[in-house]
Amino acid sequence: MSGMAMTSGRGLRLLRNWGFVVGAGIVGICAILAVFAPWVVPHDPFVIDLERRLVPPFWMEGSDPRNILGTDQLGRDYLSRLIYGARISMMIGVLTVITSGLIGITLGVLGGFYGGKVDDAVVFAITTRLSIPAVLVALAVAALHGTSLMLVILVLGLLLWDRFAVVARSTTSQIRNLDYVAAAWCSGVSRWWVLTREVLPNIATHLAVVATLEMALAILLEAALSFLGLGVPAPLPSWGLMISEAKEYMFFSPWVIMIPGAALFVLVLGVNLLGDALRDMLGTDLSR
Amino acid sequence: MTALLEVRDLRVTIGSTAAVRGASMSVNKGETHCLVGESGCGKSISALSVMGLLPKGSVRETSSLRFAGEEIGNFGEREMERLRGDRMAMIFQEPMTSLNPAYTVGSQMTEVLRRHRGTPRAQAVDRAAELLARVGITAPGMRLGQFPHQLSGGLRQRVMIAMALMCDPELLIADEPTTALDVTVQAQILRLLAGLQKDLGVGILLITHDLGVVARVADRVSVMYAGLVVESAPTATLFAAPEHPYTRGLLSCVPVPGKVKRGDPLGSIPGVVPRIQPGFTGCGFRDRCSEATAACAETIPRQNLGGEHELLCTLAPGWREKAAA
Amino acid sequence: MFYFFLRRFAVAVLVALTVLTITFLLTRLSGDLAISIAGPNASQEDIATIRQVYGLDRPLWIQYFDWLFRAVQGDFGESFFFRDRVSNLIATRIPITMTLGLVGLAIALVISLPLGILSAVREGSWVDRLVTLVVLIGQAMPSFWLALILMIVFGLQLGWLPISGTGSWEHFVMPGVVLAFSAIPSLTRLTRSGMIEALSSDYIRTARAKGLTRMSILVKHGFRNAAIPVVSIAAVQLGFMLGGSVVIETVFALHGVGYLAWESISKNDFPVVQAVVLVLALLYIGLTLLADLLNAVLDPRLRTA
Repeated sequence: MSGMAMTSGRGLRLLRNWGFVVGAGIVGICAILAVFAPWVVPHDPFVIDLERRLVPPFWMEGSDPRNILGTDQLGRDYLSRLIYGARISMMIGVLTVITSGLIGITLGVLGGFYGGKVDDAVVFAITTRLSIPAVLVALAVAALHGTSLMLVILVLGLLLWDRFAVVARSTTSQIRNLDYVAAAWCSGVSRWWVLTREVLPNIATHLAVVATLEMALAILLEAALSFLGLGVPAPLPSWGLMISEAKEYMFFSPWVIMIPGAALFVLVLGVNLLGDALRDMLGTDLSR
Repeated sequence: MTALLEVRDLRVTIGSTAAVRGASMSVNKGETHCLVGESGCGKSISALSVMGLLPKGSVRETSSLRFAGEEIGNFGEREMERLRGDRMAMIFQEPMTSLNPAYTVGSQMTEVLRRHRGTPRAQAVDRAAELLARVGITAPGMRLGQFPHQLSGGLRQRVMIAMALMCDPELLIADEPTTALDVTVQAQILRLLAGLQKDLGVGILLITHDLGVVARVADRVSVMYAGLVVESAPTATLFAAPEHPYTRGLLSCVPVPGKVKRGDPLGSIPGVVPRIQPGFTGCGFRDRCSEATAACAETIPRQNLGGEHELLCTLAPGWREKAAA
Repeated sequence: MFYFFLRRFAVAVLVALTVLTITFLLTRLSGDLAISIAGPNASQEDIATIRQVYGLDRPLWIQYFDWLFRAVQGDFGESFFFRDRVSNLIATRIPITMTLGLVGLAIALVISLPLGILSAVREGSWVDRLVTLVVLIGQAMPSFWLALILMIVFGLQLGWLPISGTGSWEHFVMPGVVLAFSAIPSLTRLTRSGMIEALSSDYIRTARAKGLTRMSILVKHGFRNAAIPVVSIAAVQLGFMLGGSVVIETVFALHGVGYLAWESISKNDFPVVQAVVLVLALLYIGLTLLADLLNAVLDPRLRTA
């Protein structure tokens, strides 16, 4: 009863779920924009043009067809920065999830699989991690070491593994306690075999759901950190940073914060829709 | 004598399945009527229909549903709420999960009385303790303050019975009350029910799949198959002279010491219970029946064989003897 | 049950100690603290003096135990920047953060409980779908962006609410709403799934068979059971909110502990940073213990464990 055999029927059902379609569409478009950003952007997002600052976007008067979404406070093309911002958010999302996933899944599986003292240690680690206010630690580390994209990914990756660990642990121990696994064990099968053939395929979908949640969280956290000035450094066009840079002008030209904010909102929404669709397919609700 | 409960031509459709297709039955005061059949025959649904407790998406129709002489088939939810727990009560199969884990036994029992009669708390507590003692629970005062998870399955079922009796109902519907219990506890519960009936005069509609239970407590029996009552009779008559092939098949499945010899194969009925779609006509048993004829695909006649013995079959009574001859 | 809590308490103490250690190590691992404190223009002598004054020349483990010893007595040292005892700083700011947290939680509960119950009772209907939409929007909304939008709309354009400072209760409305937004999605989801599960359970069928009214069944029997996990999660959510209040306090200039942390981080004021992280961790640990306690109170099945 490996997870593999189940996917074909589920796959079809997935396509009929509108949430999945919309979510996958959004994430897909962002991914494509992220990858092909240098070829897609109309302008260089880093070029400053002080004579053309704060040009409004196309739906407002005073706009300029050269900059569809207008320009920011340093005259940089908004659309181009937005697209490069997608690259940053996607990178953060994916790399953070990979890092935290590796840590969390390893810990969770070990704890759930072996139980006993190993499990106690894992639970202790999870509890300790949850007690630490993650945002503050991320801020502090960034302040100490200076801001950089890689640092954000590293810090978030080292902080956001808790849910992976929790879910991996509970699903692993559930499977380990199933009768047919006990039977396989009794018949002399090695631990490694049980782990790779029975446990991992069956926990994969649950972990995929967690991955989407954590990706969304990572994107939002990076945006918050950058907003506070201790995330991705300028002049990189992180959407959070763009909002922060623009907030002085927001009372006069609200669109400067609306556009990057909307981009964040849409991407995170897409990722969450994807996760929900996966969870519906699973039929269980493991998130807290 | 008016029957306590009279159900005529009950039809229940759940989704696209016709769970009950025209069942009729009645329960008299002070008697135990057993509704027996295998899983999926519609007996539980019938019981739930009487109480108005069908799941969402079900459609119920009856030509008549009379309780204590009054037509309740067209009662709305409010009116049924007033009846339920008060004049008609129901107990279920799974005592382990049928009680709310967050409240004490006492509070769950007293709330019935307080809801229907407005009884003040102290009096309700007294009545609850009295009933707990009546169902054979020792130290009822202490039990009232306990939570369901602190009681065993048998005790919980007794509590359920006591709770059902709080308002002194005229009718008690018991849906497989002993199925989830140990054999020894089963006997105790059945004995309890019989005793309560004698003392309180309550009419009992007991749903079961176990013929042993039927033999023990039933005054009359209705055998259900695929949503219809195929035969009903006083218990003794049914066991002595069953007419419907399904009934005969059921009885033959139960090995009776003395009648059956070692080495004889156990009786069984070949085939499986069909799922009936709406629009089905004829007898649902015909694919498994050794006596089926072409007539079995048409409307099946309801025959009254006298002595309260009714039969829903195309075969004429006494076909066994004719066949043997 | 007493032993259960004793054990939990012991674990909590251990966790607190671990957090303390990690926080300490974090601030020390980044290279020479004295250089960070002195700033970019300091001379070698200045750095050496600073090192001596702040005891940074002692061996690491001595620094650690010294701090630990004092921390358990509530002495977190002096702030480099504010010229005040750290414990004072925290003590004056904590009430603001706690108020914000409680306001946020209250708003969140007032919204998510009814929504969760409603969508469970009307499962599958348009109400349910609408609630799902609200949950999705809440999950995707960046809190600082929402804060800015609210400031523009309610602060500037409508002029109903103040946009910064802590003068009156009105100052807590917008921050509270933004904070609530982070908790509403999960609380609503949990309430909804808990109610659906409770309403489909056997004891609800028994309650119906007893002829109890719909309202009584919903509230007394259904919600009472569904509330158990919700209550404990709410306590934990409060812990998260307190830990994550940095962003909101900074945006709205609320002088709470989060804002203090933010100021201290940007100024490399390590004693304060260490202390704030520790205090917030302790609050979180305390709230999880509270959650366990509430769980035991509400669920009789846990009491005889």
